[in-house]
Order: sequence, then structure tokens, then C-alpha cells
Amino acid sequence: MDARIVQELRAIVGPRGLITSAEELHTYECDALTNFRVMPLGVLLPESTEQVQSILRVCHRERIPFVARGAGTGLSGGALPVENGIVISLTRMNRILEIDLPNARVVAEPGVVNLDITGRVSPQEYFYAPDPSSQSVCSIGGNVAENSGGAHCLKYGFTTTHVLGLEVVLPDGTLVHLGGKSLDAPGYDLAGVFVGSEGTLGIATKVILRIVKRPECVHTLLAAFPSTNEAGAAVSDIIAAGMLPAAIEMMDNLAIQAAEAAVHANYPDCGALLLVELDGPVAEVQYLMTHVNEICRKNGAWEIRVAQSEAERALVWKGRKAAFAAMGRISPNYIVQDGVIPRTALPQVMSEIDRLSKEAGVRVANVFHAGDGNLHPLVLYDRRIAGQEAAAEALSYKILEICIAAGGSITGEHGVGEDKKRAMSKMFSEPDLQTMQRVRCAFDPLQLSNPTKLFPTPRLCGEKPGKYVAHPLETAGIAERF
Amino acid sequence: MDAGVSSRSMQNIAAFEDAARAIVSAEYVRTASVGDAVRGVQPRLVVEPGSAQELAKILKLANDAALAVIPRGGGTKLAWGNPPQRADIVLSTARLNAVLEYTWSDLTVTVEAGCTIKQLRETLAQIGQRLALDPLWPSPATVGGVLSTNDSGALRLRFGSLRDLIIGVTLALPDGTLAKSGGKVVKNVAGYDLPKLATGALGTLGIITSATFRLHPLPQETCTISCLARDVREAQRLVLAVQNSKLAHSALQIRFVESMQPQIDVLFEATQAGLTAQVEQLKLILAPSAVIDPGSAVWNARQELYSAAKDNESGSTLAKISVLPARIAEAFEILSAPAANRTRCNAVMQATGLGSVHLEGTPAALADVLKTLRAKLEAMGGSVMIAHPPSAMPALDAWGDPGDALPLMRAVKQQFDPKSTLNPGRFVGGI
Repeated sequence: MDARIVQELRAIVGPRGLITSAEELHTYECDALTNFRVMPLGVLLPESTEQVQSILRVCHRERIPFVARGAGTGLSGGALPVENGIVISLTRMNRILEIDLPNARVVAEPGVVNLDITGRVSPQEYFYAPDPSSQSVCSIGGNVAENSGGAHCLKYGFTTTHVLGLEVVLPDGTLVHLGGKSLDAPGYDLAGVFVGSEGTLGIATKVILRIVKRPECVHTLLAAFPSTNEAGAAVSDIIAAGMLPAAIEMMDNLAIQAAEAAVHANYPDCGALLLVELDGPVAEVQYLMTHVNEICRKNGAWEIRVAQSEAERALVWKGRKAAFAAMGRISPNYIVQDGVIPRTALPQVMSEIDRLSKEAGVRVANVFHAGDGNLHPLVLYDRRIAGQEAAAEALSYKILEICIAAGGSITGEHGVGEDKKRAMSKMFSEPDLQTMQRVRCAFDPLQLSNPTKLFPTPRLCGEKPGKYVAHPLETAGIAERF
Repeated sequence: MDAGVSSRSMQNIAAFEDAARAIVSAEYVRTASVGDAVRGVQPRLVVEPGSAQELAKILKLANDAALAVIPRGGGTKLAWGNPPQRADIVLSTARLNAVLEYTWSDLTVTVEAGCTIKQLRETLAQIGQRLALDPLWPSPATVGGVLSTNDSGALRLRFGSLRDLIIGVTLALPDGTLAKSGGKVVKNVAGYDLPKLATGALGTLGIITSATFRLHPLPQETCTISCLARDVREAQRLVLAVQNSKLAHSALQIRFVESMQPQIDVLFEATQAGLTAQVEQLKLILAPSAVIDPGSAVWNARQELYSAAKDNESGSTLAKISVLPARIAEAFEILSAPAANRTRCNAVMQATGLGSVHLEGTPAALADVLKTLRAKLEAMGGSVMIAHPPSAMPALDAWGDPGDALPLMRAVKQQFDPKSTLNPGRFVGGI
């Protein structure tokens, strides 16, 4: 980076707010998807909205691409730096600005950790519902970028359901307010578009969140089935009976073994475990839990436990929440996949994954949000064995193709980022993708905000018939014209 | 409009009509009647395409000929939004009325834009399911119209609004593109969320040709409990107390009928076991106010206000107001203070902070009251949308202040509809 620009940026954020030394920059060269790495030119740590605006004005003037970063827990490379770009880390903007209990609203800066919102409002028995597995470290800004989900979004919805308004710095440094504390603000639902845009439309500097009153009770049932087929049938029956549990989670045998090895959750050794959580008024939950119990028995569950106290629940969830990390106990390396299928396609998709896994000689453990069809197949391999990594990657990609063929999606909650942008063309046609990019051209005509992510090929904004002029992304070697 | 523009536009219409008849059969292209006027602006033709592809072709044809298009579903809410700057073609979705794919076991449905809410409800009810939304006038209102106006009723408290229920959309754009976004699964973060962008856009970005929704089971049992509050302040206190409880109610509203005591209604949807216990708990919160069981008709109150405004377009109007839930009483006090003298006012306020206010009075008095109301509510961070105003009322923008994001909204419009073909001038800030 030009010394003059470095000086200008340092003047904005102060000497403690700019990182340029190679050893410190290594921390930022990837997010939790570690197989992609790019060294940024520099990392900025702004402490205010004004500083973010000033930084983006410089980026805009100098045509420097930037990537916003929260806690760096993303699994799709959304916070992966771009070549010749800077990273803007929002971790120092971590204040909860307002807690408004009568209106059930919280206003937070993007660097606030997800679980800290619940921590602040739990004495009054409120909570912030979206609960990605990384919620003890991941940030609200990152959740907004990825539209993060979690185990309980079956009933409570996703991040987007809980974001009412945003303060956003656009890629040219302009400050805008989208949505608001009151509902149905006049105009387009740009807050709805911004959430889940994976950092490609600007940087959120304040987030208005909706919080939820804790239910009167929460009961969690754990049922052991001979295989995922029987467990899947039970899930279908629960939904068909007109129930909307707070969560329905499934683990297959390999995932159970890993969880046992890692955290000793004392799970029964079985083909598939189902975890069903119901919450709400006590009388309602008790009545429905009896019903869920019957449905599980009818579908072949041979052991059922119901956790009612907070301690019992924590134990039941322990293995599930640790499932990804637990894979280290049974395999040196693994790929976390994130696909979605219509729930009814579960048996067919599971047997297809099983067949491909055997064919490729690569093991797959399955952990998933069964209620909404969000699969997290964990593709296990050993990098030290020649050809295994490539085989695992190929299998992981094939699983996505199966999801698309079943009428599902390439990502339920981890995002497209760098990892899946090529798969976008399998799920959407070119006109679909071009239409989405019209939004991007409105927010970020120069495509400086996390460029190269999300879309397989960028749309060149503001193309006019006439003399061909190279787009800045082309000259920068980021985009190619096809 | 000068004579040159006018005659060019007539030529365009004639050429458009011929070309349109080559796309949809002649019987579905007709001359517009007085009944097709939109807030006093008379369009020339009504076209009813028979498929999404036909609709996209017609839209492109109009766009190429620089003709303004008014998308129309059931036509129940055409009096929302500002009068169009231009109106040439009414593009009706009446024939796009099929339920395309109903996967009941996945709790999802894909439906064409012209399908009425009633027809959709009846289809879903056969399996004991529903789209958990209670929009206005479900018999004529269509899926596309309800989406474009972002209409929602009392059930929003528990189930959210359309933005929370829609999971996929197909849009026809003025350049003829048919684009899909979202999908058919309830959980999906691939790509930008265009279903939300289309929701509430009043058809100014593209025409929705079909949408996919997540569904909910129909409740096993329902029960409504009502009580009278001494005054507005007590009504506010009770609503916040119910909201701060652990009850799992589906709807909660306050009805203000002229000078009578405000009435609070609570809707439960649950199993019999859950219902009994919750009603007892609710009675403790509402005590000592009188608790009555008024039946389910109270949930029509919002529609009654809108219908009253629609039926009396010379001396009344409807304001959709939005405030924070804890400031409902304050909003109502603002509303009733100046209104007491010159206008009569009935209102239903949902616990979400959204309300419907029916005002009766002379056009001049209505305009005064609305201006004051809007200024004060906007200062509180709220908003006022005006629907079904009298034609003689001094012109007031239908939407109010969209804030500092207006230039960005205009940029979005420019990307989707650069020639301002769709509903020109009807949306916020002249979009």
C-alpha cells in the first residue's frame, strides 16, 4: 500500500488501529474455512461509525477493495481477505448501546458477541433467539452478514427475523439507516436485503435487534433409533401432527461416536439419535411431549429420555453442540458441509450420501437440523494419505449437487462466501444471478465491498453500450470478462 | 403533456395492442374502463396474460414502448400509494391463479401471484395447514397484491409478517427477465434475499409471478378473551403486561371506538390443555378488569375500518400507523386530541405497534389531522401511511419520510426499472 494512504488510514484509526506487519497480518489471512488464505495489505480496527465512514471514503477514492470481519468464525470464507485489499475488523465496536425491555429491542454495535445479548437481558427473562453453534464467540455483525441460523430457528426464525433495523456505511462512505425500531418503515425492505448479503453491500455499524421472552418451560427429548430412516420418519410424523418444536436435531452413529469420545454426553449407542425440544406454557408442552414420545416409540425408538431441568438439558445438548469439534477424535481432517433439502427427501438423500461415501471410500458423519432439512454432513479424511483430500472435496461437492437435485439449497446457514460461489450457478440460472447483482450495483457500483465473493462472476455495473472501458475489477485482475 | 408526446404515445399504444394480441389471445387484451382507473388516473388497456412467460413478454413490450404499467391482482388496494404519474397498461395477474406445488409434508407451498388468499386458504385447510397471515379482504385479494402491499393483520404478533413467511419468489422485470430468488426450503441463505425486496415494493421493481411460503399447522383450538380498560393508559399498561408474561398468545390488540372505553382482545391458539391453563393466567393479569368472551368476530375489526374507508371515499380515510409497542397510548392521545373537534376516529392497535385508524371528517380537516399525526409520529420514530383518501383531500404523500436511505432506494429502482415503467410515482419519494 502507498505510504501516503497508510498514513492517512493511520490518522483515522490511530496507531493502535492499524496492522501492517506481516506476522500480525497472518491472524487475518483466513476465517474458520482455513483452506483458503490471502494476506491483506493491512487490517484496520475502527472504534466508531465515523472512523468506518472515513476508511471507506479512502477506499472509494483509491479503489481499494475491503472485507469486513467480525469474529472470523465463518465457515464459507466470507471474511477471507481479497488480493490487494484491506480487512476492516469490527471487534472494537462492541458496545451494547441500548436495552429497551418494554419494546423488546436491543441496539448493538457489530462487534458485540451473540451470547452477550442474551447475557444482558436474561435477568429479565428475555433472550436473543438466533443461536449459531459458535454463539459464545461469533459477533452480531457477522451474524447479520451471514443471516446466521442455529438449532432453534425452526421455531424462532433466523437472524433476519430478529433484525429490525441497521445503520450501514455504504461502500462510498455514505451513512444510511435501513428499517428502524418501529415496524414497516416506508420504502423498500433494504434491511431485509442487507441481512445475509455476506458483506458485499457495505458495513453495518449498528444493529437493532428484537429479543424474545423466555418460554415458561423447555423440555428436551432424546430418542435412540435403529437408523436415520426411522428417526426421519418420526420427524415427519411430528410435523404432520401439527407441532412446531423449538428444535429437532439428528445425529447418525458416526457423529454419536465422535461426540461420546469428545465430551462423554452419555448418549445411547444407536443408529440415529433424535433430539426434540418443545417450549412454551407448561400444560401445552407436557401434553405435546407425551405425543412426541408416542410418535418416537411408534417409529422404533428403543430408548427415550426427557430432560426437564436446565442441567439435564445442558447434558443432552452437550454432545450435539460439540459435534463438529468432536470429529477430531475420529478423523484427523474433516470438511463441514451445509446443504438443505426438503425434509421429506431425507431418507433418499441419506441413502444417496451413504452410497457415494462407500464408493469414494470416504467416511461421512451426519449431524443436522432435521426439522428444517438443514444437513451438516462431515466428510472425514486424512490429509497425509495421498488423494484423500481431493476425494473428500469431490464428495463434499457431490453432496451439494444431491441437495440441489432434491429441490434444496447449497447453504442453510454458513453462507456462500468464497467456498460455494461456483455452486451458485448450479442452483440459480444466469438471469437469476444477474438480477441479484442489480442490488449489488445499487449499493456498491465499484464493487469494493467484499468483491469476488458470493457470485461466480461479477456483474459489471453501469455498463453502457459504446466504447469498451475496462472495469476497475478487470484491471485489478479480480474479474474476467466472459 | 404536449400534443407531440400525446400522439406518439397513442401510436405506441396502438402498436403495443397489436403486439400484445400476438402474445396473449385477443380476448385477454381489452380497452380499460372507468372502473380500471387508479386514483383518478385512467389507463388505456387491460392485459391478462396466461403464464409468467407471457406476463414477462407483455411487460417488456410495454417497457420498450415507454408505456407505464400498473400491475394488478384483486384490485382491492389500488387506492394505496400515490396516484401514478402515468398509467397506460393494467397488467392483471387474474389468470395466474394456480397453486403450483403444495408439499404439505414439508410445510411449503408455491403459488401463482393471482391466486386469491381465500383459494389458497381452502387448499391448505384440506390438510389442516395455513399461511399464518390474516390480510384484508381474503376473497378478492391475491397473493401478489398482498405481498406487494405487505399487508398483515393481528397474527403478525406471533407469526411475523410476509417477510418472515415468504421463502422464494419469481419476478418479471421490465426488460423481460424472469428471475427466481430464494427457494423451496424454509432454511436457505444462498444469494440475496429478493423475496424480501419484492415484499412491500408496491410492484415498482418487478411483477411477482409466483411465490413460495412456509406454512403453519391450523390450530387445534382457539379462544379469544377480551376486557375493557378504564382508559388509554390502562390499556397500554395491560398490553405491556401481557407481552411481558410467558403466555404464548397469537394476537393482542386494543380497539378504540370513539368515546367508549378501549377494549383489549387476546387470541390463544393451542391444544385444549394449553388453552385452559393460559386463559386462567391471563385472567390474573387482566384482573380486576371485566373479562368477557366476545367470539372471534373482534378479529375482523381491522378489516371493518379499512372497508369503512374504502366505502366512503368522500369523507373518510385510513391511516396505517406504526409506533413502538410501548407508545401506543401516546400515539392514540395525539390522534384523539385535534381529532376530537373536527374528525371522528376509530382505531385498532396491535401489540406490535402497528395500527389502523379510520378518520371521518371534511377533506380539509382530515388533511390537517394527518399532517399533525405524521409529524409527531415520525418524530417518535414511527410512520403514517395513508390509504383510501378522499379525492378532494389536499394532496398528502401516501408514505411519509423514507429517511436517509431514499437515494439508495432510488438506485435500486434504477437498476430494476430504469425507465420507470412500473407504477411510476406511486411509491416513496416519487419512485
